[in-house]
Amino acid sequence: MSIQSVNDFVVRFANINGSGSASANQMFARAVIRIGVPVAARNIFPSNIQGLPTWYEVRVTGEGWQGARGGADLIVAMNPQTFDKDVAAVEPGGYVFYDSSRPVPASKFRADVTVIGMPLTEICNAQYSDPRQRQLFKNIICVGALAALLDMDIAVVDKLIAEQFAAKEKLIAANQKALHYGYDWAKKNLSCPIGLTIRKSTAVGDKIFIEGNSAAALGAVYGGATVLAWYPLTPSTSLAEAFTSHCKRLRHDPESGANRYAIVQAEDELSSIGMVVGAAWNGARAFTATSGPGISLMQEFLGLAYYAEVPAVVFNVQRGGPSTGMPTRTQQSDLMACAYASHGDTKHVLLIPRDAHEAFEFGALAFDLADRLQTPVFVMLDLDIGMNHALVSPLKWDPNRKLDRGKVMTFEDLDSGKLFGRYLDVDGDGIPYRTYPGTHPSRGSFFTRGSSHDSMARYTEEGGPVAENVVRLLKKFDTAKHYVPAPVIERAARRTRLGIIHFGSTGPAMDEAVALLARKGIDLDVMRLRGFPFAAGVAEFIAEHDQVFVVEQNRDAQMRSMLMIEEGIDPAKLVSVRYFEGPPITARYIAETIGKLASQAPVVAKEKALS
Amino acid sequence: MTFLPKPKFHHPAIARNELGLTHRDYEGSISTLCAGCGHDSISSAIMHACFELNLPPHRIAKLSGIGCSSKTPTYFLGPAHGFNSVHGRMPSVLTGANLANRELIYLGVSGDGDSASIGFGQFAHSIRRGVNMTYIVANNGVYGLTKGQFSATADKGARQKKGTINTDSPIDLVRMALQLGATFVGRSFSGDKTQLVPLIKAALEHKGPAFIDCLSPCVAFNNHDGSTKSFDYVRAHNEALNSLDFVSERAPITTEYAPGEMQVVRLHDGSSIRLRKIGDGYDVHDRHAAMTYLSQREDSGEIVTGLIYMHPEPEEMHEHLGTVATPLNRLSDQELVPSQAALDKINAALR
Repeated sequence: MSIQSVNDFVVRFANINGSGSASANQMFARAVIRIGVPVAARNIFPSNIQGLPTWYEVRVTGEGWQGARGGADLIVAMNPQTFDKDVAAVEPGGYVFYDSSRPVPASKFRADVTVIGMPLTEICNAQYSDPRQRQLFKNIICVGALAALLDMDIAVVDKLIAEQFAAKEKLIAANQKALHYGYDWAKKNLSCPIGLTIRKSTAVGDKIFIEGNSAAALGAVYGGATVLAWYPLTPSTSLAEAFTSHCKRLRHDPESGANRYAIVQAEDELSSIGMVVGAAWNGARAFTATSGPGISLMQEFLGLAYYAEVPAVVFNVQRGGPSTGMPTRTQQSDLMACAYASHGDTKHVLLIPRDAHEAFEFGALAFDLADRLQTPVFVMLDLDIGMNHALVSPLKWDPNRKLDRGKVMTFEDLDSGKLFGRYLDVDGDGIPYRTYPGTHPSRGSFFTRGSSHDSMARYTEEGGPVAENVVRLLKKFDTAKHYVPAPVIERAARRTRLGIIHFGSTGPAMDEAVALLARKGIDLDVMRLRGFPFAAGVAEFIAEHDQVFVVEQNRDAQMRSMLMIEEGIDPAKLVSVRYFEGPPITARYIAETIGKLASQAPVVAKEKALS
Repeated sequence: MTFLPKPKFHHPAIARNELGLTHRDYEGSISTLCAGCGHDSISSAIMHACFELNLPPHRIAKLSGIGCSSKTPTYFLGPAHGFNSVHGRMPSVLTGANLANRELIYLGVSGDGDSASIGFGQFAHSIRRGVNMTYIVANNGVYGLTKGQFSATADKGARQKKGTINTDSPIDLVRMALQLGATFVGRSFSGDKTQLVPLIKAALEHKGPAFIDCLSPCVAFNNHDGSTKSFDYVRAHNEALNSLDFVSERAPITTEYAPGEMQVVRLHDGSSIRLRKIGDGYDVHDRHAAMTYLSQREDSGEIVTGLIYMHPEPEEMHEHLGTVATPLNRLSDQELVPSQAALDKINAALR
């Protein structure tokens, strides 16, 4: 029996990297959104420019689930290298659409899937003489055929093409022609529609389809960042590039046309973070965008910024580690490398967005917190958020919001004789006052150093004042708990003794997994962490439950360890659920794993859990 | 050692500059370097240069890395903000600081270990990026704080105090700076204040990357026979290319020179550098000739000092970046934060 589904299925495109498939595939996803049906789209791509296999997954989801589901109902198998694997991965009852220009033996297919052949290469070779055109239009013809197979409104795709090529009008007609050729050919020669169809809906609402890195970069623009120093590194590169293009549109002096920003591509990550530290020391909002290997290189400077109390914002778009690892796959495996970056006793503030929308919000907030707390702040993105487009609520900015520059003494403050000691805890919150260089001719200068210093920023090797200063840093870290975004807690419909902790890009899959588990009668209270240090409510949530599953995308259960270290939680209470193979964690994986654990695990006695 | 305050008294008739400041206003705290250290002479030359240029000390940002040389910013220009960063990374911190506020004067102080060994990359990139700064390397060929290991500027065949002979080729930061596009390059000797002070003045006034390699003997670990960075050795092999005077725009020319003896190099702000030429026919604007000259003299065992090269039309990083005239750290919320209307437009384009 073939799968029959309206607005709820997964289409996976299997392509060859560099063949121009990406834009056609994205056009397909956008068309579905224009019809009003939400999609969750993901790129699964190699660390390669041309030739290796690449996949694009469009989850058509009337219910609006943004996580990866797992599995595929329709595979568009355009890559002979992966053909067998792709066919094997289709759900029973699914569909395989393939290029039938060359005969494929029946043994290559499965009996339980519907096979749809279309001689795409043959058609293109007949229609076009230029090899590049043959390649590019093949992708568009394919989209046309899919529109017919899935019963999509072709006019929507026509309109999209017209918008996409508005600047290159010649291409509009050519692309539309290819699209219709594919559509008409499929209508005439294939049995349309198949069991999977897309029907007009209003479920998309006012949502926007945006790449996480672009949203984070836009957050940096709204957060008042003026200096970006960076080094190209997958998957963070597109964040720096997006900041560049946002600034080109949004950050000019209207009269002179001069830039109200400075972007420097540094020679390495040491230099990137060094420039960030220098710029922030001098009162500009500065940031870098990097990934795990860059974080490793930045360690020494991060310790300096922590100890000398210089603001710095680091967007870490995490990828698969350790070492070079999997540059084009996703993980949440830099938590501890960031939270405790650098030698000596250090702790850092982390903001952990769940999607592109929060990447924008936290991207802006990071600059306020770095200035307020005078310390490095990490925005912990990952490849799944950063390099995929997601359908999220529109971005909003409160016009009355002021940038919080933190405790900075002005010329007037200094001139009026206010006491200035760079590392003096005047307000009892562990946060001292600073001055920007060049503020006053005779007051407020200080020497910034990573060597031991006292509260007046003087070099000292006296144990007392040195220890007093680093203890104050702990107090400051405590103050940070009030500034980081609070956890989001969602309670099950019925009282339950089971809880789940998750964070970051696991969020979208978790929403769905919790719904799946609830349907099976497993009720769970859910807490999504959004920052480090842990805000009020985190320890309480754990205390309220007998058993808490900590779901994360790394091997070593890093968040679980951090909960144990910082909150003194009994390890027996925290049951780890981990996925770290590279693709994003799926709702199915979470639901299956927790479903099993919840039915197997003996409930911990309350006394023991609390001891 | 903790902070050492200096007594505040001074002679009532002490000289004041145009800002009404005395040389005491350009001092820092007491040096904790070894007695006789060449680096203290460099600090002193920096104070002199700033005093004579009438620079408000608080408008200078002094940055350094790690090492003996990098300690020195504590010992001069007390009213200026200072930043003793991490080893070999002063150039990036200085670059970032400069990005944030293009109005301050940036003075980077580094050493041969800091700039030629661990920080060779950052030295190179800050110069090729055209950062408007004065970058002084106090070059003594050894690591002082770790007690006398060779650095990357140690000459081949030089003998360490404990007897080891250096077999590695030296890095000549002056020739590197020339190759990398520094628009002002000089070399001097901490023992020659009459040459060093005007050189630093000219560098501070230069709008672009100005690099000075200053030989500065280490009295504790590299001042013995067999060293090529000792006071005696440098004095004996110093080949002064020119001696120079930095003349502010208002100062009249008082000393007379025979024609051909003096080259006046005019600067954009109206000031000038007067080179009393000792080298024959040396053109301070000719970069290729400078490179050749340095190679030739090095082969004959001489150390060329003086103003080696100056670009007549220097450019700096902000011109390349097209940044606004107002320092980025002074831009208001209104100038930085786009409107909700702009965001609505972005949202609309993403549907």
